[in-house]
Amino acid sequence: MKEVNITEMERKFQEKIDQDIKIEPKDWMPDDYRETLIRQISQHAHSEIVGMLPEGNWITRAPNLRRKAVLLAKVQDEAGHGLYLYSAAETLGADREETIDDLHSGKAKYSSIFNYPTLTWADMGAIGWLVDGAAIMNQVPICRCSYGPYARAMVRVCKEESFHQRQGFEIMMTLAKGTPEQKAMAQDALNRFWWPALMMFGPSDGESKHTAQSMKWKIKRSTNDELRQQFVDVTVPQAEMIGLTLPDADLKFNKATGHYEFGEINWAEFWEVVKGNGPCNKDRIDTRRKAKEEGLWVREAATAFAQKRAARKSA
Amino acid sequence: MSNKEWPLWEVFIRGKQGLNHKHVGSLRAADAEMALENARDVYTRRSEGISIWVVESNNVFASDPSESQEFFEPADSKIYRHPTFYDVPDGISHM
Repeated sequence: MKEVNITEMERKFQEKIDQDIKIEPKDWMPDDYRETLIRQISQHAHSEIVGMLPEGNWITRAPNLRRKAVLLAKVQDEAGHGLYLYSAAETLGADREETIDDLHSGKAKYSSIFNYPTLTWADMGAIGWLVDGAAIMNQVPICRCSYGPYARAMVRVCKEESFHQRQGFEIMMTLAKGTPEQKAMAQDALNRFWWPALMMFGPSDGESKHTAQSMKWKIKRSTNDELRQQFVDVTVPQAEMIGLTLPDADLKFNKATGHYEFGEINWAEFWEVVKGNGPCNKDRIDTRRKAKEEGLWVREAATAFAQKRAARKSA
Repeated sequence: MSNKEWPLWEVFIRGKQGLNHKHVGSLRAADAEMALENARDVYTRRSEGISIWVVESNNVFASDPSESQEFFEPADSKIYRHPTFYDVPDGISHM
């Protein structure tokens, strides 16, 4: 009897999804839908938080005050995006403390791109232009995700991200127009970040174990390969415009399809980084753990102050 | 209050004078004053508001979505509350 009920509820749930009716926190949903969303939203939140680290590395060394103010604002936005997303995960019953502990224990994943080091100032340009560009490409379809709180968080995030990409492109453009050394620095950053940026869209559709179900539930609205192709198509002309060369000998425009064809992604490298063996995985997690431990006194002080203020009010 | 987890607060923002406060999301903070400051930093970095309300989530009493059909039935059955229920002959204007 109970089996029948669940099946019937799942059927009604899928009907709602098919009619583009949003699912809200207190609505009935299948356990797998809830778990898939908690996994995806918390990974997304972790990516925003860990994503602050490669850029935070350059705040004190920004070349001038304008660049420094812009970079600070961008990194602050990433923190905000992490907070919107942790809250969205909480609406599904995820415990915030546990979610963060899962990141620190290595149980939870985050975007592999943030495990690459930022060696020069030009990397701030490459990250804004390519990494934020790829993130926008990924996030725009999630604004139409079936789960209301996630979709609404994405609308806010996408609005804010567009400045991130522009400021990155501006850095690259300025360096590309600069001295030969500056242009070489921009080219080097592009060489290092191009392939990891393409990996951000995740494994090929054939290899992606969650895609089919997530598309059916409208958690995901486009496949990894579709988004990756879209990204290549818009980015190649941008690189050409500023006189930089993409590090891909196989890259060519196919007039018949109207799309760029590109070389094979090094999936072995992708999986190594996902498994924790990228150049900075250990450093990123150590930094997050340390931030939590060393910030403990601040959280305790805030709690103590709140108690003191409450006592004063009731006195 | 536990040291482990601060309470959850729902955040409402008035975008500009003349508009109502609208729910924008939630956050954690140790007390109401800190929730307000956090809400300012998290939800109004681009001048999205001129006024913020924060309400501890525990204090929100909400209708139950699984009972929404019965709960809202009284309105659904009274279609004569809508102007389109009535026939107005051609030639009648300002109505």
